[in-house]
Amino acid sequence: MKLIIKNGRVIDPANNIDGDYDVVIDKGVIQSVTPSGKMKEDSTAKIIDAKGCIVAPGFMDMHVHFREPGFEYKETIESGCESAAAGGFTTVAMMPNTNPVNDNRSVTELMISRAKAHGKVQALAIGAITKGLKGETLSDMGDLKEAGVIAFSDDGRPVMNNQVMRRALEYSRMFDLPLIQHSEILDLTHGGCMNESRISTELGLKGMPTEAEDIMVYRDIALLEKTGGRLHVAHISSGESVELVRRAKAKGLAVTCEVAPHHFSLTDESVRGYDTNTKMSPPLRAQSDIDAIKAGLKDGTIDIIATDHAPHDLADKQADYHSACFGIVGLETALPLSLRLVDEKVLTLPQMVEKLTSRPAEIFKLDQGTLGVGKQADVVIFDPSEEYKVEAAKFKSKSKNSPFDGWPVKGRVSNTIYKGKITYTK
Amino acid sequence: MNLINKDILGIEPLSREEIEGILDTAVSFKEVSTRQIKKVPTLRGRTIINLFFEASTRTRTSFEIAGKRLSADVINISASTSSAVKGESLLDTAYNLEAMNPDLLIVRHGVSGAPHMIAKHIKCPVINAGDGAHEHPTQALLDLLTIREHSKQLAGLKVAIVGDIAHSRVARSNIHAMLKCGMEVTVVGPPTMIPVGIECLGVKVLHNLEEAVAQVDVVMMLRIQLERQNEGLFPSFREYSNLFCLTADKLKNSRKDILIMHPGPVNRGIEIALDVMEGPHSVILDQVNNGVALRMALMYLLLGGGSETDH
Repeated sequence: MKLIIKNGRVIDPANNIDGDYDVVIDKGVIQSVTPSGKMKEDSTAKIIDAKGCIVAPGFMDMHVHFREPGFEYKETIESGCESAAAGGFTTVAMMPNTNPVNDNRSVTELMISRAKAHGKVQALAIGAITKGLKGETLSDMGDLKEAGVIAFSDDGRPVMNNQVMRRALEYSRMFDLPLIQHSEILDLTHGGCMNESRISTELGLKGMPTEAEDIMVYRDIALLEKTGGRLHVAHISSGESVELVRRAKAKGLAVTCEVAPHHFSLTDESVRGYDTNTKMSPPLRAQSDIDAIKAGLKDGTIDIIATDHAPHDLADKQADYHSACFGIVGLETALPLSLRLVDEKVLTLPQMVEKLTSRPAEIFKLDQGTLGVGKQADVVIFDPSEEYKVEAAKFKSKSKNSPFDGWPVKGRVSNTIYKGKITYTK
Repeated sequence: MNLINKDILGIEPLSREEIEGILDTAVSFKEVSTRQIKKVPTLRGRTIINLFFEASTRTRTSFEIAGKRLSADVINISASTSSAVKGESLLDTAYNLEAMNPDLLIVRHGVSGAPHMIAKHIKCPVINAGDGAHEHPTQALLDLLTIREHSKQLAGLKVAIVGDIAHSRVARSNIHAMLKCGMEVTVVGPPTMIPVGIECLGVKVLHNLEEAVAQVDVVMMLRIQLERQNEGLFPSFREYSNLFCLTADKLKNSRKDILIMHPGPVNRGIEIALDVMEGPHSVILDQVNNGVALRMALMYLLLGGGSETDH
């Protein structure tokens, strides 16, 4: 069915478009983008009036955990995709720490086919760097690429062994796919459950120092300089790590990085009170780290925003702080949290959209993330000024583990469109 | 004297007035334990549950005796005999105990914040009997009671807390309590045992025991947990003792009336020498003695004591 989105402010960073346009979608692709008010009536089309709203390419989240196969009580690919659509996302990339691990073609094919059967979101698969995420033997990267993975990662577990990481960077060059590293030197964080700071000291919780992240980011950059290949630093949280990436980029190295909304929205002060929804890895850091992250977003050192959507059911979170699982859900709060960056003038609205659309498409070489004529019609429509309170209980995700529950926020998705079909309506 | 919160989860949330009120109340309870018949009817018909997920002799017994001397019914549950070994979650255990209508739950747990989680979910008052490396409020209160008995006034006193500050809930609770009462606190230990940012709490840091004890009115030695050596926090017990064991020699420049404290259990010869522990400056057993009165006072204050306030 033909779809016309009228009267919205269209922001399409890849084509340098920011203005009032009408977007015509048919046969699953963008047919035209023309200045508002110039189009003839078309009774055969469904009209969406986007007055007061932003019309942008569908968001892309290159870091989600959909828990299937293995942990379906936390999330399934179907519930994860519903959550993504509700958050304005049309593309996500699923991390391989499932059970069994996505380190082989059959798991990749299962994950991709489940997502396709659901059909509301393009859910891509990330393959493991090493077999079983053990950090020892490289996975069959060539076969995984054939099966459709778009990157490799042992996310949740860093590749600790220097030689294995070097080999991984070298070997992956053949496939021109990035390695996504969860940067954490485990001997420095062992037993830790929050940022190491005066607050961890006061609360009597074992700390995870920023150096644990910095050292691995530095190591990987040092290896990359020799090996070539492509490195993507996952969920950067330390100010010093941002600086390391900045310097590596200045040298012209193929390194990119992402930040999760909670790492620019909350500090480790939130851990006071022992709410286990403030427990994630990497942990919430200090204000100085947030300031460095914002500077990195502003100057482009931090390429993209990715949520690290990590659903855990109540039993996994309703435990003492040490035993509770790491991670929070993120897909349905990403937009309002990112819009705070626009309010704070860290990013312009087009820059924010870019970090959720065209930039991730560029890094992961996806022919998406724009509203160019002839492109797949993945679109999000959102009202940037609608005010409301986050209600975790109403999340489409199976899990409700969010520290933002009850937060007053601004900015809500009204429609998500994937391949020309409406997948979410407010 | 009224407490502001329903629970005693730590010293940090208490005011100086509350702390002093608790100490004053404890003084009035000391006499009960000197009677031949050591029992008053204050909490008759009340049920107190000791829920201990970590080993304890002193604290658990002290709470039990305190409850019994107030005529409460005291039930002891330890982790090894609880449903925790069957995989029941902490919160489910708490809900089930609450369903039996106790009047007070006393919780010790190895993880910081665990009693706080229980207190948030159940209605009956909770006393934290030690949570991870976070707080051990009754220990700090009985320590202050002991110091006050010997020094009349707390404000202005100088204290050194010596040992594994990083892993010590006794240190944290005492730091909060002592600073609130106007005392000066220095923490002493190898840098591997001094946690990041401790000076933000308002304490001084020293790494030389002899230098520290020469400056203070009170020295509080902490237990070195035997497993810490395996974590590489110090090279050997021999080396630790050389540097941080409180011996008569290290005390040679100290005040003549210095008080020596230890929350127990003691590793004899590792953090404190036998002769010092049993010497004239040691108030270690006074601490234990005061623990009962202090815990009686807290139970009385939290449970209101009903109509029978005669003790």
